[in-house]
Amino acid sequence: MTTRLRILDDGAWLSVDDSRRVSVSELWRLDAPDFCECDLADMVVENFLETGVDGRTVQVRVYGQCIVCGTKSTTGWIPVGRVVDGEFVDLDREGVLRVTDDEEEVKSSC
Amino acid sequence: MPTDVENWKSEVYGNEIREHLFRFAEEGFETIPDDERDAWFERFKWWGLYHQRNGQEGYFMMRIGTPNGMLEPGQLRVVGEIADEYARGPGTNPIFGDAYADFTTRQAIQLHWIELSDVPAIFEKMEEHGLTTQQACGDSWRNIVGNPVAGKDGQEVIDAWPVIRDLNETFKGDEDHSNLPRKWKVSVTGSADGSGQGDINDLAFEPAYKEIDGEDVVGFNVRVGGGLARNEPRFARDIDVWVSPDRVSDVAGGLSALFRDNGDREDRYNARIKFLVDEWGAEEVRETLQEEYVDFDLHAAGRDVREEYTYNTGEGERNDLVGVHEQKDGKNFVGLNVLVGRMGAEDVLELADLAEEYGSGEVRLSQRQNVIVTDVPDSELDDFLAEDLLEHYSPEPSPFMRGSIACTGTEFCSLSIVETKNRQVRFARWLKQHVDLPDDVDEFHIHLSGCTASCAQPQIADVSLRGMKTRKNGEAVEALDVGLGGGLGDEPQFARWVTQRVPVDEVPGALANLIDSFADEREEGESFRAFVDRHDDDELDELVEPEETSYEDPMMHNTKMTWYPYAEDDSMDAKPPAPADD
Repeated sequence: MTTRLRILDDGAWLSVDDSRRVSVSELWRLDAPDFCECDLADMVVENFLETGVDGRTVQVRVYGQCIVCGTKSTTGWIPVGRVVDGEFVDLDREGVLRVTDDEEEVKSSC
Repeated sequence: MPTDVENWKSEVYGNEIREHLFRFAEEGFETIPDDERDAWFERFKWWGLYHQRNGQEGYFMMRIGTPNGMLEPGQLRVVGEIADEYARGPGTNPIFGDAYADFTTRQAIQLHWIELSDVPAIFEKMEEHGLTTQQACGDSWRNIVGNPVAGKDGQEVIDAWPVIRDLNETFKGDEDHSNLPRKWKVSVTGSADGSGQGDINDLAFEPAYKEIDGEDVVGFNVRVGGGLARNEPRFARDIDVWVSPDRVSDVAGGLSALFRDNGDREDRYNARIKFLVDEWGAEEVRETLQEEYVDFDLHAAGRDVREEYTYNTGEGERNDLVGVHEQKDGKNFVGLNVLVGRMGAEDVLELADLAEEYGSGEVRLSQRQNVIVTDVPDSELDDFLAEDLLEHYSPEPSPFMRGSIACTGTEFCSLSIVETKNRQVRFARWLKQHVDLPDDVDEFHIHLSGCTASCAQPQIADVSLRGMKTRKNGEAVEALDVGLGGGLGDEPQFARWVTQRVPVDEVPGALANLIDSFADEREEGESFRAFVDRHDDDELDELVEPEETSYEDPMMHNTKMTWYPYAEDDSMDAKPPAPADD
């Protein structure tokens, strides 16, 4: 089964199977030492740049801004959801999200 | 690798989209296959239809392109009738009601809550009256902008309307130019006031004199690669070309083709021609245009009139076209302020009546989201100005009403981060009631854009507001970045973003404190833009001073995640079903 992942609307949305699922403007707490110097970045998502999968986890790279220290930058891969039985299920993005910066191969569909 | 959008465009794009649009209108919204919706929604834009945002499935924004903002006699009535009959949906706006038209910063018109099944009837009605949505959105020639009072303006160097009309007729529907790497925004200005705002367009023609065979000839200098979007604002670059009016179409077509062939189709973030100009430089753009895209020798740039520009400059005369102005023929054009560009359908129809009663019936739209009634004779002027409708759409508004521009915002737009139009109305009303500008300052431009797409042109205002998020008392709330001192003119400059992430309920207080400091500390007669110029960012940040005041903001929460921010139950769970076909 194929899941269609796309960045739409000039980077404003992550679309999963032709349905807009994750939006810019969310505030994410990130465990991302490479993003800024805060223990936990509190980042406004301003633009989705890329999407991919790691196993069943849908992840994105975004441009955003830490509202604590003001750093504006591009993130590594951030998990935002999982594909379960062919359906996209949101991860709890109110909690801390762990960012991976490794360059493992990701695909645009799974 | 080409993007998804490029792949979709390579399958179906341009004029042919119309037959598919009509097929889906006939068969029903639900017949668009789920796995083709992203593709079709992208394509529909070429015919002026944007699917509205999450929670509003099956409803569309429709953009009508009115070249140079020109509405011929009778056309505004058609717009009002279409808005009244078709632009009604399940959400009611608490300020503007159920049916309205938005006048945009590119002299076009937007309607909301349009159902797909109504599109053929709407198109038929519009086309009977010379209106169209063709190429109002999408990757092609967009609505051509300029000085809306072309042909009538006393400050005119050359009447640009015949040139604009020719470009519009040539490049609307032209298969060679219908699939560009990205949008293509063109400005053609014939007046000496700079009201075409050429500097922020992909391609700008600005009035200029050139000595040809010993005679001064009026034509246009050419600039390429301006635009405000994506945190990457650019002013259009001078490519050292002057062109006579009869050659504008050749040069414009050459540059459009150059963009078509050389723009980046693998990365939409990098696709606008401003990035190509960054990469090549103005000189290479000119050389390539000369060698590959035109078959005559290009002239070097002529003598421009940029030092006379006043429009949106933050100082001097005529920063907008609001008020009563004498036309070349002795009649008058009357610019009416439309706060944030939105006018209820009933008011649109009443304005159409007044334009016919007092003028020629013609109405024009400016890039400051205002309307202009033309051809009002002196003998009719007092009676026109005494009409009740002009109390609300005033030719002499408060500076805060006059200077307010806002984009669509989260009410309908997928891109926006915050609610905008209603908020800007509330800001303007509060500022009018509580803040005094110095007596000699009668214009103060505040532009509110919901995101970095910059549809409200925030970077060229005295005060630029741009959608953001922050936390207040631990809660995520809508916020605005504050920029200061932007404006156009001979030496245009973008606002400097001096204060970040001000919670929206503290923005009016911040502006009040800033204006108080300006009033106290300015030099005699100093404009706000000049005042900003002589302060550094840290000093300005201190003057902004965010503060809670009597202003209350009912939309602090994440309006993007509502189905409609003004609904009693605005949660996504309460969203209406897609409209039934009827």
